[in-house]
Amino acid sequence: MEGNWPLYEVFVRGKRGLNHVHVGSLRAPDAEMALRNARDLYTRRNEGVSIWVVKSEDITASSPDEKDPFFAPSGDKVYRHPTFYEIPENVPHM
Amino acid sequence: MTQDTAETLEHFERTIERDQRIEPRDWMPEKYRATLIRQIAQHAHSEIIGMQPEGAWITRAPSLRRKAILLAKVQDEAGHGLYLYSAAETLGADRSDLTGKLISGKQKYSSIFNYPTLTFADVGVIGWLVDGAAICNQVPLCRSSYGPYARAMIRICKEESFHQRQGYELLMTLMRGTDAQREMVRDAVNRWWWPSLMMFGPPDADSTHTAQSMAWKIKRHTNDELRQRFVDMTVPQAEALGVALPDPDLRWNEERGHYDFGEIDWSELKRVISGDGPCNAERIERRRKAHEDGAWVREAAAAHAAKHARKEVA
Repeated sequence: MEGNWPLYEVFVRGKRGLNHVHVGSLRAPDAEMALRNARDLYTRRNEGVSIWVVKSEDITASSPDEKDPFFAPSGDKVYRHPTFYEIPENVPHM
Repeated sequence: MTQDTAETLEHFERTIERDQRIEPRDWMPEKYRATLIRQIAQHAHSEIIGMQPEGAWITRAPSLRRKAILLAKVQDEAGHGLYLYSAAETLGADRSDLTGKLISGKQKYSSIFNYPTLTFADVGVIGWLVDGAAICNQVPLCRSSYGPYARAMIRICKEESFHQRQGYELLMTLMRGTDAQREMVRDAVNRWWWPSLMMFGPPDADSTHTAQSMAWKIKRHTNDELRQRFVDMTVPQAEALGVALPDPDLRWNEERGHYDFGEIDWSELKRVISGDGPCNAERIERRRKAHEDGAWVREAAAAHAAKHARKEVA
């Protein structure tokens, strides 16, 4: 029976000022129950101030393979980093 | 082997070699996947079955404080089981299928939970020795090569520390009590010491999975290494508690820098694992009954969800 329940991914905001972070998954009949179960399962010790649940099937993910050209465009653009630029030592606040 | 599979295999092996984690959608050898599912499922089942021996004392806890602690601990075990089922699902395992395999006896759980909890001192000794042994086993698994498993273990280890400390504190309280209470502790330690050492599994020479699991960095230490570490950690704790461990051969070996300990009765471990322990049938029966008794709740929740989904569409 519970095999038919959808899988939900759970994201928890640890405290105000932080992003929600993925902590795991659970199965539940609907989003409301997923939220309640996530509270009992993933925040038994004040680990969170806010929870998101998302049906796993609704997540679109990139391929995890490092060799995948998906991330290649950012690999060769060193000029996007501040360390690419040489500024004399005596220039302040830079 | 085609060039493509050779390349993906090399990528997999290089990732492990560099101590990076394998993540769910990565390519992995089928045997790596199967080994992980077996190990994680067995681990999850152990947490779930592990609720029973201690759960039996919730209604009989001697104070409200002990009852609240025990409730929280048993709830944690349920949580640990669920973290692990969640990790197993990232490998393509199905949760209800795993529950079915536990109930039908197709998959195993830790032999330790097939021993009965005869007195309340057992609750303390389980926290101290059984959870202590579990921590020894689990801390290195926080660096396991499979990401979701390692992350679940980090969570679990954080919570286990409370389990061990509440057990030790319970025993310290009993040791400060009457002679009868000290006798309860002694009796419980005598019954749980050897089964706790067996928790690390068969000796390295007989362990079928160890070599491959070490190569894949699923496991980081052998069974015997972890067992020795546990003994070395526990002896001073027993001394501080003022209780003797039931092993006449237990003594410090200056040369090795470790404690020597007596021969473990491996036939007992084999017997208990293969189903002939004191409580095997009872544990599985209880799990099966809980699953079946909960069927109407699952059905009602599904019906409720379906009704609301229809309303939203309308």
